[in-house]
Amino acid sequence: MKSHLPYLLIGLVFAVSGGVVHAAEVQVAVAANFTAPMQKIAAEFEKDTGHKVLLSSGATGKFYAQIKNGAPFEVFLAADDQTPAKLESEGDAVPGSRFTYAIGKLMLWSAQPGYVDPQGAVLKQDRFQHLAIANPKTAPYGAAAMEVLTHLNLLDAVQPKLVTGENIAQAHQFVATGNAELGFVALSQVMENGKLTGGSGWPVPAELYEPIRQDAVILTPGKDQPAAKALVEYLRDKKAIAIIRSYGYDL
Amino acid sequence: MLTDVDLAAVWLTLKLASTTTAILMGVGTPIAWWLARTRSKFKGIVGAVVALPLVLPPTVLGFYLLIAMGPYGPVGQLTQSLGLGVLPFTFPGLVVASVFYSLPFVVQPLQQAFESIGVRPLEVAATLRASPWDAFFSVALPLARPGFITAAILGFAHTVGEFGVVLMIGGNIPGQTRVASVQIYDHVEALEYAQAHWLAGGMLLFSFLALLALYTLNARPPKA
Repeated sequence: MKSHLPYLLIGLVFAVSGGVVHAAEVQVAVAANFTAPMQKIAAEFEKDTGHKVLLSSGATGKFYAQIKNGAPFEVFLAADDQTPAKLESEGDAVPGSRFTYAIGKLMLWSAQPGYVDPQGAVLKQDRFQHLAIANPKTAPYGAAAMEVLTHLNLLDAVQPKLVTGENIAQAHQFVATGNAELGFVALSQVMENGKLTGGSGWPVPAELYEPIRQDAVILTPGKDQPAAKALVEYLRDKKAIAIIRSYGYDL
Repeated sequence: MLTDVDLAAVWLTLKLASTTTAILMGVGTPIAWWLARTRSKFKGIVGAVVALPLVLPPTVLGFYLLIAMGPYGPVGQLTQSLGLGVLPFTFPGLVVASVFYSLPFVVQPLQQAFESIGVRPLEVAATLRASPWDAFFSVALPLARPGFITAAILGFAHTVGEFGVVLMIGGNIPGQTRVASVQIYDHVEALEYAQAHWLAGGMLLFSFLALLALYTLNARPPKA
């Protein structure tokens, strides 16, 4: 067994270097709300181009801190437009590569069918114990949820009931497991092919919060990487746009 | 400097760690005693279950606790039928989670201490007509003192250092479930590095002092 090791290593080197020539890998940091559509898009992209996509999903604020500290991500799909702009102005992203890939929508959602009425009046009733939101300090969907509560003059009333997820995925998980009766999630998390995947929800009217413009950007490690460039182009293609729309995003 | 929110998180952490340690000393002592004395064939199983939190990722514990204590889980059904509501996002919920999480850190030092006493001192006590309870309290407990000190300090410090489980079942509620480790994570995510440093440095100092106390208090000349 031992004597095979050098050959194995040589083979591995060839395999890896061969990979770079033909199809490359692209490391992508994706905002938690866009995980599901991105997985679908990445699968199509891999099929069409042969490149491989490595997805990491999480809170936009956390990615910012990691990118500032040398994370190897090549493409960043943020949940807002400020973070990519900031990265670009600070020299951590490729200038001019920034564009809006989706406009996110907020949904008041419960895992129980019929719990949330179509007007969202449930928010004003004192029936629930926990309302889940994403961390407003770091997640744009959390900040948007706070805006909605402020606009509806409900912030003081629901403040003691707020439970904060580290990102929008955790907020969704709190509601999905029933630990919070309802919560503000991304429409994309509970919608597929234009339909609610379960439970009940109130799509929050757009006038109650600033539009959640989600920008993508090529980061410095992705500069001159054909796979990174190809992915960003693919995101603006009609195939990807159709997938993005099917999850309830505007574009 | 530390803000009021930071101080509240520190205070909550200390409250959580003291409550958890107090419960664990009560629950852990009989378990450790049984494990040290028993010849039962279940000893291996119980020992393994107690040690599980040592090797399990906190995410596994957090995930199962979230499901089990949630409204559709068995524990959640029980607490609801008792009129207690559900445990996630509450301080009692964190206490329950911490008791599981820190159990081995209390049981194992106690078990070792009890085992190292051996049967001899208790047999002698019995020949002097001490009842088993009397023998336990006046012979075993004093002899196991270093074990109790180790168990209390480790149980407390390990609970202070808890993060993953709290993140998964806490919901980050100020004064209820936002402990210091989560507050540090929040500061880092929000790029408030100065505040993160104050808390993180404090945690580092605390952990060092806890371990220093442990090694100083239990530093005895080796037994002949």
